[in-house]
Formats: sequence, structure tokens, C-alpha cells
Amino acid sequence: MANLNDHMGRPIVAVTGIGVVTSLGVGKADNWAALTAGKSGIHPITRFPVDHLNTRISGMVDFLPSSSKGASLLTYELAETAAQEAVAEAGLNSGDFGGPLFLASPPVELDWSERFSLYNSDKHDIGAERLLRVARGLKELDVFETTQFGSIADRLADRFGTRGLPITLSTACASGATSIQLGVEAIRRGECDRALSIGADGSATAEALIRFSLLSALSTHNDIPEKASKPFSKDRDGFVLAEGSGALVLESLEAALARGATILGILRGCGEKADDFHRTRSKPDGSPAIAAVRAALADAGLSEDEIDYVNAHGTSTPENDKMEHLSLSTVFGERIGSMPISSNKSMIGHTLSAAGAVEAAFSLMTMRESVIPPTINYDNPDPAIVLDVVPNKKRNAEVGTVLSNSFGFGGQNTCLVMAREPV
Amino acid sequence: MSPHHVVISGIGLVSSLGEGPDAHWRKLAQPGLEPVLEAARFSPYTVHPLPEIDWNLQIAKRGDQRQMETWQRLGTYAAGMALDDAGIKGNDELCTTMDMVVAAGGGERDEAVDADILAASESRNDRDVLLNEKLTTELRPTLFLAQLSNLLAGNISIVHKVTGSSRTFMGEEGAGVAAVETAAARIRSGQSTHILVGGAFQTEHSDMLLGYELAGYLHRGPWKPVWQRQGAEGGGVVTGSGGAFLVLEQREHAISRGRKIYAELGPVVSGRAKRRQGELDAEIAALLRQAALPNGELLTISGASGAHAATAAEKSVFGANPAIAARGFSTLTGHMKEAQFPFAVALAALAVERKAAYPAFDAATEKPFNGVPRTVLATAIGYHQFEGLALVNAAD
Repeated sequence: MANLNDHMGRPIVAVTGIGVVTSLGVGKADNWAALTAGKSGIHPITRFPVDHLNTRISGMVDFLPSSSKGASLLTYELAETAAQEAVAEAGLNSGDFGGPLFLASPPVELDWSERFSLYNSDKHDIGAERLLRVARGLKELDVFETTQFGSIADRLADRFGTRGLPITLSTACASGATSIQLGVEAIRRGECDRALSIGADGSATAEALIRFSLLSALSTHNDIPEKASKPFSKDRDGFVLAEGSGALVLESLEAALARGATILGILRGCGEKADDFHRTRSKPDGSPAIAAVRAALADAGLSEDEIDYVNAHGTSTPENDKMEHLSLSTVFGERIGSMPISSNKSMIGHTLSAAGAVEAAFSLMTMRESVIPPTINYDNPDPAIVLDVVPNKKRNAEVGTVLSNSFGFGGQNTCLVMAREPV
Repeated sequence: MSPHHVVISGIGLVSSLGEGPDAHWRKLAQPGLEPVLEAARFSPYTVHPLPEIDWNLQIAKRGDQRQMETWQRLGTYAAGMALDDAGIKGNDELCTTMDMVVAAGGGERDEAVDADILAASESRNDRDVLLNEKLTTELRPTLFLAQLSNLLAGNISIVHKVTGSSRTFMGEEGAGVAAVETAAARIRSGQSTHILVGGAFQTEHSDMLLGYELAGYLHRGPWKPVWQRQGAEGGGVVTGSGGAFLVLEQREHAISRGRKIYAELGPVVSGRAKRRQGELDAEIAALLRQAALPNGELLTISGASGAHAATAAEKSVFGANPAIAARGFSTLTGHMKEAQFPFAVALAALAVERKAAYPAFDAATEKPFNGVPRTVLATAIGYHQFEGLALVNAAD
């Protein structure tokens, strides 16, 4: 009989369902085939005109029915699609999940298409006054709901029959990891036997792109889109804005085994540490990211030597990759040059609020398939970053444990440690 | 493992009534207190505006102040007050190990840029191109950071050095409920010893009003107390700017630091009624049962928004429970969205600590409470979705 509690006497948390959507496709099978083939999902933007934009490429999800219907509806569909795959794989009733929902999703705003349409439906007053006048005459709730931060989770709660008040969260680009951490903690506290953790982001609007662009965060290598995201390369020049979703069904190992579920992996540990240095930059000594990695290892009850592979945050910005290298080399010491560390973002771009969940899904698949997806576009290594990034070609390898990093604006650092087997 | 007790050891409050727990107590203890109203600026809507605030008192660096808009400043300010009140501010060891859960919406957009784009849209058919043209040239680059939901927490880390962990929950009043509920659960289970939890809402911005008015939720016409808006023009909600942060602490941890304890935080419960199916009354009643109310008269700090359906449901459930003496504080502060539940818990803790009830905020509707409140109920029934409540108990 397996040990059901971890090194701190808490219930072990298993993963029994995984779902994913990225620009590479819907579902694990398509995504995994593309990812291990080193295929990029980055492509020219077609959703809106690119006049006046410095960045004209992205990893948008353009193939869903809601892809052109605004950030709120697309984020919902991304979340729903990934969650459906995960819940079905877990063998649970998809309308009566019976555990809490933790949703990482982007902050919502009234889409510009709605602003234009409301504004131009009236002629009285100007600016905000006119919008308010029109707003109070609306007869439907559709537009309203796209502006409520809790509405996507509310719809998902109806759809999947999750229990209680659903939590919608944002820790910027670490959000997906935080949604998993909240699920793990709820199970460890004994509040529930299972939780549905989802990270979804369909917010790649023109305004979002412009905002990141104004902060000089985005790659402007527009000419060959699939080459633009090049984590750890010398000529990396920013991340590629992308969309996607990842969903995990988390269950106490005890409950999962009791119902005969297939155990897809174990969520062994979570760690976090906030940075107080700057709104977008990390403390120069990397201490918060280092502390987050160490906290995740300690929570997992593993030493540095026991991590087989790192699923990097690896955004392809000059700052992130340099700081991530500094943090990892501080924690792992000399071993850092010889342990595999790859970035899924080289192929799917940065899925923002979804990234931590998408990359956790891929980390779990890496262990199950014994194949490490490569870091593509690694043609011009940064000499200051000496890492085994699994360059350009997948690698067959036994992977028993993974560290997955997520770092975000606002000093957010969250790390997850996953394992293939319970002990 | 026996659960740890959760106590409230610090409170930071800002509303139209003033700032700080003492100022709020002094004002709210006055029978017949008149609300501070601003009826002209956003007519036909009335709001409860922010008081005069000297941001320097909690945000020392002008550079930090400039990086934020009012919403983030307000939250960072209220958080600093709570940390000060708990004797944590400036204590490196306590700040670097302190966890944080912030309930947040979004920050302020640039109204002038938006108005300019909307005006131009009247004479342009290529609106998407117009958008690119204007946004790439007119947006202030750092404004994005002032709008991001999690950057209130980010600014609290930068300004006050709270860095144990940082999580931001979104989703109107429900975010505030979940933030307090999760923080309390973390302390009870031993996952955390001290947590900063709260939120802020700055209503004096047209987009913040639009967030309600797209469903017609705002009250129009002459101001009325929160319980008396049914049937009046509009949707019943009068908003207010404000913020509320609490320091929640493991009891032993607070005692070992020799800190004043306002109150103990009892059960925190939350729910998601299927309101379209008419479940809200039953859900509120179920939450009250789940919280296991004490016997006898119960002072209740209600976060009722005034939204017609939700407020009628809350009023009706209270009406069926004669022990409940409700105080709808939105009458005096306006509705503060994400900050509503932390604000309710803070007012409940103050009453417990001062061993006195608040007089009726609306003498025509609210009944007197004559005893010493040892347990106080705090509620936040969302104007549109999600609901929660908590019991706040005397600490001794």
C-alpha cells in the first residue's frame, strides 16, 4: 500500500486529469506531437490590423469559435476546453465535479469593440458620460458580464458543477502556478478531496499588445515569426505574446486510489516569494527567485540533487533569462551546466496568466512520456548563460522530478515541484 | 493537529468618513451621522468621495506615489496603516515572512485618451487602425502597471516590504470574502503565522461606475439609506471610495509579540447561489446556519450594496431572524466592491474591541442593539454574484 501522506504528514496530492490548449492546437495529443517535434505556434497577427505596431506576431489561439469574440469569451472557452479534457481524463462527471475551482485568468476590461459600439449607438453627451447613459439602457447582461472579474469562474462553476465560491486569481505571469498551488493547499488542509485548477488567457488584444510593447517587453523579430521566441539565446529581444490554457484535476492520492483513478503525476511542492525591488525588474541578486525555488524544494521534501529537469520560465526577454540563470545556478551550483532545462515558450510564446498551468501540464507529460521538449531557436547561445537547454531537438530521458518556474511583474515568483511517482 | 486560532491584530481603514480605526469608530458611534456625499461630479450618480489624504504618511517616496494611480495608492496606504497598527511596519523579519492576499479589481484607465479615441471613432470606419494609432502614441507606458490587478500587492511589497508571499484574488465582493477565508484557513492550518489581507476601491472614475452601470446597478436621483432604495430610480447601489486591510495573525504569534488583539476571527463561510434560479435567500440562510450563530441578540455589520435583488434577499433573511440587529454601513461609506468584506470584518472587530454596538446607521430601518457585542456577524452579499459572511468574536 502506497504512503498516502507526504514528509510533513499532509495528504499527497496527485494529478488525475490534464488538459491543454495553445497556439499549437487543442488537447494534449496535438500539443505534445508539435512540442516534441520542435514546432512553433508563433505566427503573424491576423485578429486585428497591425498598422503602427512594432510587434506583428503572436501565439494567439485563432482556431476556436470565440477567437474573435473578445478576451472574456475566449478566455472562458480556453478554460472550458482544457478543463473538459482534464475532467474527462480523470473519469469524473463533467457536470458535477464536486470540488473547488481555482481559476487564473487575466484582469478583464470592457473590450474596445464594445466601447465603440456602445458609444456610437447614441449622439448625446461625449466621452464617459455617453457610455454611462447608454450602459444604463442596456437590456442584456452579456456586455456587463465581460467586465466582472468573477464572471468567467462563475460560468465555469455552473458548467462543471464545482463546489462553493470559485476563486479567480492573478499573480501576473505566475498565475497559472498559483492556481495549482491553491488547489494543492486546499487538499492538504483537508478542505476537499479534489480541486480543479485552471490557467487560461485569451486576452491578446491590440491594447494588451501595445501595453507590453510600450514597456519594451515584446520581441520585434517579425520577419520569421517562428524564430522570434529564443530563450537563452544571445539575440533574444523579448517575449512573444500568446494565448492558451492548462487545467489539472488535483486529488488527494488517497481519494484518487480509492476510486481507481490513473495517477498521472504528483504535485510534490509549491514555493513562493515576493520581490520588493521594482515593478517589472527582479532584485539584482536574484534572491526572491532563489528563495521561491528553495521554498518549493523544501515543501516537496527534495534536495537540489533530486531534481531531474527544469521547465524554465524562459520568456526570451533579456532580463528574465539572465535572472533565471542566476537563480538556478545559485540553487543548483555546478550541476546547473549538466541538468536539462528547457523553455516551452520557445514554441508557444508566453501565455501569461495561463503559462504556469500550461507548463505544469507539459512538465507532467515530460515525465510520463520520458521525452524532454526542446528549447527551439537556440542557434546563437548567450555565452553568459551556460545551460543545457535541450537545444532544438527533443531528448529521450527518464525524468522522475521536475521544477517548473513562474515569475511575473509585481514581484511574483512561484515554483512548483512535480514528480512522476508518489514517493 | 489542533487548529490555530486566528486573531485580528491590525486594522487599516479609509473611507469618505476619514482614515484609521479610531476615526471610524468616533464617527460611526455618533447617532444620526450624515454621510459625506458628492452628487454633482458624476450626476446622476452620487458617490462617497475619498477624504483628503496625505499619501506621504504611508508612501514615503514620491517616486513610488507617481508609479501608482489613486486605487493602488489607496490600497497601499490602507495596508500601511494596518501594518503600523499591528506593529509590523518597518520590522524586517516580520515583513519578509508575512503572507499577503489582496482582493483587487483593475486600476484606472486614462479617461482623456479613451474619450479622444471614442470621439474620433464617430468619423472613422477603420476603428481598429484608429485604436493602434492612438494607443501607440498616447498611452503613458507605465500606466499599464498602475492598471494591473496584482500590482496593488506588488506596490505593497515595494513600499512596505511585505514579501513572504503575494496573491491577488479577483471577483468583486467575492474576492474579498475568499481572501479573508483563505488567509484564515492558512493560519488555522499552520501554513502561515501572519497575513496581510484586504482591498481598496476608488470609485471616482467613470470606468468604475460603468462596471456597475452596464447592468443598471447604480442608484440615481436623491440619496437614500442603503435599505431604502427599492423602487427608487436606478439599481440601488451608491458607491464609495475606500480601502480596508487587516492583519490576521495566529493567536500565539500575536501574544508572543505582546500585541493588542482586536478580536478573534471565527468561522468564515462563502457561497455561490444560483441567483437566476432564485436561490439567494436560501443560500444566505444556509450560510448563517453554517456559521453557527450564537444565541441571543446579534449585532450584524452588513455589507449590503443596495442592489435591489441582493439587498432585498439579505433584508428578508434578516427579517426572519429577529436576533439580528443589522448595520448597513454602505449607507455611510458607499459600496466599496472588493474592499467591502474586509471593511465589514474590520467594523465588526472594532465593535467587539470597544465592547459597544454602533447606533443605527438608518434609524428608520435598523433596530437598536443594547447589549455588549461579544460576537458580531459581518456579511458581504455580492451585488451581482457570490456571497460570504464571518463571525468575529471577543478575543478574551
